[in-house]
Amino acid sequence: MPLAKRIIPCLDVDNGRVVKGVKFVDIRDAGDPVEVARRYDLEGADEITFLDITASHEQRDTILHVVEKVASEIFIPLTVGGGIRQIDDISRLLNAGADKVAINTSAVKNPDFIKQASDKLGSQCIVVALDARKSGNTPSGYEIYTHGGRHETGLDAVKWAQQMAAYGAGELLVTSMDRDGTKDGFELELTSAIADAVSIPVIASGGVGNLQHLVEGITLGKADAVLAASIFHFGEYTIKQAKKFMVNQGIEMRM
Amino acid sequence: MTQVAVIDLGTGNLRSVAKAVEHVCGKSSRVRITRDCSQIDQADKIVLPGQGAIGSWLSALSDADLNTALHKALKTKPVLGICVGMQALFEYNQEDGGHECLGLFKGTVIRFENGRIAEDGSVMKVPQMGWNQVKISQSHPLWQGIADNSWFYFLHSYYACETNSAEVFAQTEYGIPYASAVAKDNIFAIQCHPEKSHHVGLKLFENFINWNI
Repeated sequence: MPLAKRIIPCLDVDNGRVVKGVKFVDIRDAGDPVEVARRYDLEGADEITFLDITASHEQRDTILHVVEKVASEIFIPLTVGGGIRQIDDISRLLNAGADKVAINTSAVKNPDFIKQASDKLGSQCIVVALDARKSGNTPSGYEIYTHGGRHETGLDAVKWAQQMAAYGAGELLVTSMDRDGTKDGFELELTSAIADAVSIPVIASGGVGNLQHLVEGITLGKADAVLAASIFHFGEYTIKQAKKFMVNQGIEMRM
Repeated sequence: MTQVAVIDLGTGNLRSVAKAVEHVCGKSSRVRITRDCSQIDQADKIVLPGQGAIGSWLSALSDADLNTALHKALKTKPVLGICVGMQALFEYNQEDGGHECLGLFKGTVIRFENGRIAEDGSVMKVPQMGWNQVKISQSHPLWQGIADNSWFYFLHSYYACETNSAEVFAQTEYGIPYASAVAKDNIFAIQCHPEKSHHVGLKLFENFINWNI
């Protein structure tokens, strides 16, 4: 029996509030990450990911309070990404109740950071988030970008994924910056190329517009988990509907 | 008031475990994350969590007083071992050159083989990270209200083999079937993370709090 595939709703959090708009009909305060997380938990989310996009360093601690509150009432795995620069940042998030942290720019700036973090705290809590775009500059045809897809790095996405796995990443969150926000579906060639190249779990991200896209992320993209934001935030689909749809397509899910 | 000690050996997400226990027992219990011997002595119930490497978990027991307090509790009080807190109860663990463990259950803890292929052709990745099913092989008070083949959250690279089937209370399949829960007398131990396993995990904690030996 293989593991169940996972659905992971992702929330952008700015200074302790959910942004990008979440419009559930039966929720009192769509900006409260705890309420939104509670809703996803009820619907059967397999994990929850918070992406902290708080710009100012002084307000960074607000995410810790959010994590503490969510972790004290929601009992599924919780991943937090954004602004992680040192081991201390990771320890603080784990102590607040996060199970994993997602690291992006700091890994590109200093790949050894992933080695140090996984040695110290264990691979199981280190997710490397990689943002990739189609590119003619790299052998795989995909290049790693940072800063929300604005800065190119010259790194080949598949080679980078292998390097991060070798350095101790426990999981890879693979986002296509070309597809992010388009609702055209995952960049399946990117996720499958990376899934074939590494032996750690891969999460597909960027571009989900309907439930068939989630299925394709698993079947064609070879991902172990699918991450989505807007299709769930706006009540287009519930997570339960998504899971039912995927089960009907022959995918093993936790129901 | 029931006192629950969540033993702090410096590894793992102790807070999540403590929060889950607090969540199910509300105000009727006092939950402490501790390595203080007198608190362990006073506790009615012991939760033994763990994550990461077995070596650092065991090295915390080089503190002789803590070692004595824990062994005393393991003989007399209801104990719930979780993940590495389960693995430590077997005889031997092959991780990092090998470690003698507490030997309360028969079995050796070894690593999942890399790249094993599942029936459906998918590659079994190591660590096992995600939701898998727990097949109950013997009834136990801690399984009360938990359906056979319920999904629990797993996160581990090592598993127990050469176990004694009389001590095995559940199996899980990950390329091979292995013991995902063992129990004997006052001890129940489980490989997955009930604190991350949603309602079914909370039910297990609730059963543990209500378990009288």
